[in-house]
Amino acid sequence: MTTRYFGAPVRRNEDRRLLTGQALFIDDVELPGMLHAAFLRSQVAHARIKHIDVSSALQREGVVAVYTAADLGAYWQPGPLLVPAPPITGLVFNPRMQVPLAKDKIRHAGEPVAVVIAEGRYIAEDALDDIVVELEPLPVIVDLEAGLKAGAAPVHDDLNTNLASHARQTKGDYRAAAAKAALVLKRRFHYEHGISSPIETRGVVAQWDARGRQMTIWDTTQAPVFVRNGLAAILGLGERQVRVIAPFVGGGFGPKIMMFYPEEVTLPWIAMRLNRPIKWIEDRFEHFFATTHERGQIHDAEIALDREGRILGVKDVFLHDTGAYNPYGLTVPLNSQCTLLGPYVIPAYDSTFTVVFTNLPIVTPYRGAGRQHGVFVIERLLDLAAHELNIDPVEIRRRNLIPPDAFPYKNEIIYQDFQPLEYDSGNYAPVLDKALAAIGYDAFVRDEQPRLRADGRCVGIGVACYVEGTGIGPYEGAKVQVQTNGKVSVATGVGTQGQGHFTSFAQIVADELGVDVRDIDIVTGDTDQFYWGAGTFASRGAVVAGNAVSAASQAVRKKALKLAAEAFECSETDLVVADGKVSITGIPEKFIRLGELAQRANPMRGAVMPGTEPGLESTQYFGPAKGATANGVHAAIIEVDPETFDLKILKYVVVHDCGTVINPLILEGQIHGGVAQGIGNAFFEKLSFDEQGQLQNASLADYLLPTALDVPRMELDHTVTPSPLNPLGVKGAGEAGAIPVGAVFAAAIEDALGLKDRKIELNEIPLSPSRLFELIRGGRT
Amino acid sequence: MKPAPFRYIAASSLDHALSLKAEHGDDARFLAGGQSLIPAMNFRLARPAVLIDINGLGEIAGVTGTPGDEIRIGAVTRYRALERDGDFLSACPLFADALPHIAHPAIRNRGTIGGNLSHADPASELPAVALAMQARMRVRSARGERELSASEFFVGLLTTAVETDEMLTDIILQQPPPGSGSCFMEIARRRGDFALAGVAAVITLDAERRCAAVRLALCGVGDTPVDASAAAACIVGQPCNDKTIADVAAAVRETVTPSGSVHASAAYQRHIAGVLVGRALRTAHERIGHAA
Amino acid sequence: MSASAMQPDRHEIAVTVNGTAYRGRAEARMLLSDFLRHELRLAGTHVGCEHGVCGACTVLLDGTPVRSCLMLAVQADGHELMTIEGLAADAERLHPIQQAMHAHHGLQCGYCTPGILMTMTAFLNEHPSPSEDEVREALSGNLCRCTGYQNIVDAVLDAALTMRTSS
Repeated sequence: MTTRYFGAPVRRNEDRRLLTGQALFIDDVELPGMLHAAFLRSQVAHARIKHIDVSSALQREGVVAVYTAADLGAYWQPGPLLVPAPPITGLVFNPRMQVPLAKDKIRHAGEPVAVVIAEGRYIAEDALDDIVVELEPLPVIVDLEAGLKAGAAPVHDDLNTNLASHARQTKGDYRAAAAKAALVLKRRFHYEHGISSPIETRGVVAQWDARGRQMTIWDTTQAPVFVRNGLAAILGLGERQVRVIAPFVGGGFGPKIMMFYPEEVTLPWIAMRLNRPIKWIEDRFEHFFATTHERGQIHDAEIALDREGRILGVKDVFLHDTGAYNPYGLTVPLNSQCTLLGPYVIPAYDSTFTVVFTNLPIVTPYRGAGRQHGVFVIERLLDLAAHELNIDPVEIRRRNLIPPDAFPYKNEIIYQDFQPLEYDSGNYAPVLDKALAAIGYDAFVRDEQPRLRADGRCVGIGVACYVEGTGIGPYEGAKVQVQTNGKVSVATGVGTQGQGHFTSFAQIVADELGVDVRDIDIVTGDTDQFYWGAGTFASRGAVVAGNAVSAASQAVRKKALKLAAEAFECSETDLVVADGKVSITGIPEKFIRLGELAQRANPMRGAVMPGTEPGLESTQYFGPAKGATANGVHAAIIEVDPETFDLKILKYVVVHDCGTVINPLILEGQIHGGVAQGIGNAFFEKLSFDEQGQLQNASLADYLLPTALDVPRMELDHTVTPSPLNPLGVKGAGEAGAIPVGAVFAAAIEDALGLKDRKIELNEIPLSPSRLFELIRGGRT
Repeated sequence: MKPAPFRYIAASSLDHALSLKAEHGDDARFLAGGQSLIPAMNFRLARPAVLIDINGLGEIAGVTGTPGDEIRIGAVTRYRALERDGDFLSACPLFADALPHIAHPAIRNRGTIGGNLSHADPASELPAVALAMQARMRVRSARGERELSASEFFVGLLTTAVETDEMLTDIILQQPPPGSGSCFMEIARRRGDFALAGVAAVITLDAERRCAAVRLALCGVGDTPVDASAAAACIVGQPCNDKTIADVAAAVRETVTPSGSVHASAAYQRHIAGVLVGRALRTAHERIGHAA
Repeated sequence: MSASAMQPDRHEIAVTVNGTAYRGRAEARMLLSDFLRHELRLAGTHVGCEHGVCGACTVLLDGTPVRSCLMLAVQADGHELMTIEGLAADAERLHPIQQAMHAHHGLQCGYCTPGILMTMTAFLNEHPSPSEDEVREALSGNLCRCTGYQNIVDAVLDAALTMRTSS
């Protein structure tokens, strides 16, 4: 009998290469005659470009070429709009896209102005110093409210406003709800999410074969197929002339799916002109400017409740910082807007957002993609309401949870997939119960906390719930092929940045075809291996590509059974597929190996039945009608030093429901990593821009990623509410760990220090010991 | 982030290194551990035309001296060597507390005490330790040599009194007198990060267990390490208890002038300077009873 | 003479890496990380920050962990290095810490992994019986953005046990 792999903690197929330093990452690509690029990036955030003089740079030995926007000629154009306007009534949407090299105007510090091509990166950087750029500085917009005021310098001159977008979505009647409320609470919240900062930065290598007229691009992208399609169009080539390879990628987290970065657009063009391969590797300093960010929102939110703490309605007006351009449309603020609703029954909702252009790097989705902001607002409002109404903060949540018989639950407003928000399935109370049991909520509140307080220790507990829309379309595909040696090859269009696709997809195939999981090799991220796909983002890889892999495997299994039935002259129902063979049930010595069936499926001579497809392979696609909704609860016990305001996480629990689980080991790893990023977001990571749009902490010494001493041991559990929207019943999990951590921290710190009784509220993220000191002690000892 | 071009010369002796520095002046930098200099060069914030590698100069590496005597540390002694020198750590316990706070082991395997003190980052631990211990710095050039007190040595932000043609070659310490307890403590955002504030404290008691002398120095709260021993003087002649220690903390809070940073407000730094002074003095005092 | 008019200052470098002797020539300013990756084609050592913070570039210099991005290649002349390519005994036998990382899912994207393996192997050689706190402290100089560290800690503790019982 073959081992059942699906659902098992299978160790990863990809590990050996990674553990021995043999995996190919972008900077490992070495090609004969390769040249190196370095980009001159603006040091000011907002300026008109008067003149660029590259003549000295061209004189430097080892420099082959220098390009500015003028040199690109007709090739220079702003990037395409990746995510168009959602179908929201009354929407105002002013799309402005990033450009390959700044022309006429610089709109954020770090925007590329010129590119040097040289024999080596060291020389290329030397040449950057040779370039003289004359600028006329302009007033810098970094503050959202100031940026919207009349007379504020426009980031985009043709717009005469910094309003990038304005959208209002409603359901029910909030005004009526507030009128009947026993309590209406209104607060302002500031939530900043930081940058992805994967340990591997971005990179592009472009190689043009002038004779074969083929362009090969290695790119640390999460979406190789779209990059291929877009760059082919931009370069004036056919799609089949362009191959995009995403090698092993050292962490993606969202910003590596942004396209088309200036470097992606310029490098292939340069490769065609110079007829030599060109490599660009982003250095860490560049990463702070050249790769997209997430940043902040300001929410003025109010909640209306009855006396029992049941939510009657929520109203929210918020500002969202999109940076200098908005190629990614409204994905992030829409996520904030929708995820605020959470797992709760909120009969009336009135949410308005205004997106503001600023002279700061572009904002596009980063793990959580705006959900953090929405979750923080609703969870804080509930905590505040609980305090006002004298209801336990967990109890108030429980009273508002959507009941299990209410699914699919319609939330009506438009989500990032442009569909009305609908939760496909969920059973929220058991998740909360498990989390509370795991953290020991009752015992802590009743016994432990009073005891610790008596000892002079400040220890508090926080709980936050969230719902996460995952697994959205459009689609993914997979080709599964049994080879004549009996091993199985799978290709899919998504890329991989550490999520374990090489293993989780193999598990699906292994069970279906009765093959050892280690005999299945997966190719991802190579557009020559698989032509179609969207990419890894929005927690959709396992859901969408996984289901495509499953469908393709099932089709191959059917073909195998058909071929074997013909060979044995028996019925397919008499056959069993296991251990790499198809055999007759009960007569194991009558078998044919899968490899042999593959051979038979591709005869060299003879006739086949009309309509036969050769080979033991199948390509199938999966496109969900809508996204599957995962959910979870995080709980933490945190101790705060009342003198220094530093803290220690004593216990951290995550209970998550992402439907059917393919590989629990990989799932746990995703949760661990997400929580670590959430801890960074809550307490360590802050982009410190000054009023001139200059980043003051552009290094890993000062932009603080959490270390092994900052991330605690976590306890994980899960429930399984399968999604009805896909055959495997899976939901996404990639972002879940990162989403509610800010809310948990704020609640636990408030509880630890007894802040509610002192009328001090923590309505902002990130926090830090210094910030807590300012908020709590007014900056005085 | 690649460094700008330079000429590299591995000095074959101290005299060689000093004559090269005299020749090239400010165009040249000494390369010891490189754990501060090379990042600065990678960011192109430092662009020396000549790099004089002094890692091979065994004559200014290593710890000499016997306990009770003065202790001499060669400038090119790596943190790693100091961390593993039990006799040294017993004689100079402030180092035992401070060294583990310096970055991480991979950095400490290369970085040197001389490089650290010459770099004079005000948030760095060892300048405060040197100040608390009233270290003397021996500085040499092709012209000769001189000795500076620690307070003479640190003159400003990232600036020492070392002249263009000079090199810090030795750090000379006296171990604390009998009846002393030491403690170094700091607060940083993460382990190994630069201190938001740090305190090096040495308390010496007389036969009646009253404070006979106190040395107190802070890092992170000024342009240079700050000698707060004068502010702490109110405890001299007094027993060390919560009240007298709190008075010192309050006095020190008044004297420091932290500038704030992206990580902390000046007010917070001032606040935790006071908290750390209290904690460090308390711990230093507790340790006196347990001295071997 | 100004730096921009300077001829590149090249030096001979003789270095032993993973037991193999190499001779190369490099400009004085070439970082050891770049020399290993691009001159010696040992690309398993990764570059994450070039300012010594992330730890991805950590290799062993004469047995002790150092940041290869904070050393000049020329400074390695005459020394012995070990990189990730030299950690496994041979193609068949992985080091216990590599095996443990696989068993405990201690890597996701794998980019920080070589630096962590070199750092923690040296750590375990000096501290064969560490507590979890000691492991976390030793690990705190290596940044990982994917795993949240928990599985890495478990892997190191497991490897420590294996190394103790087999020695």
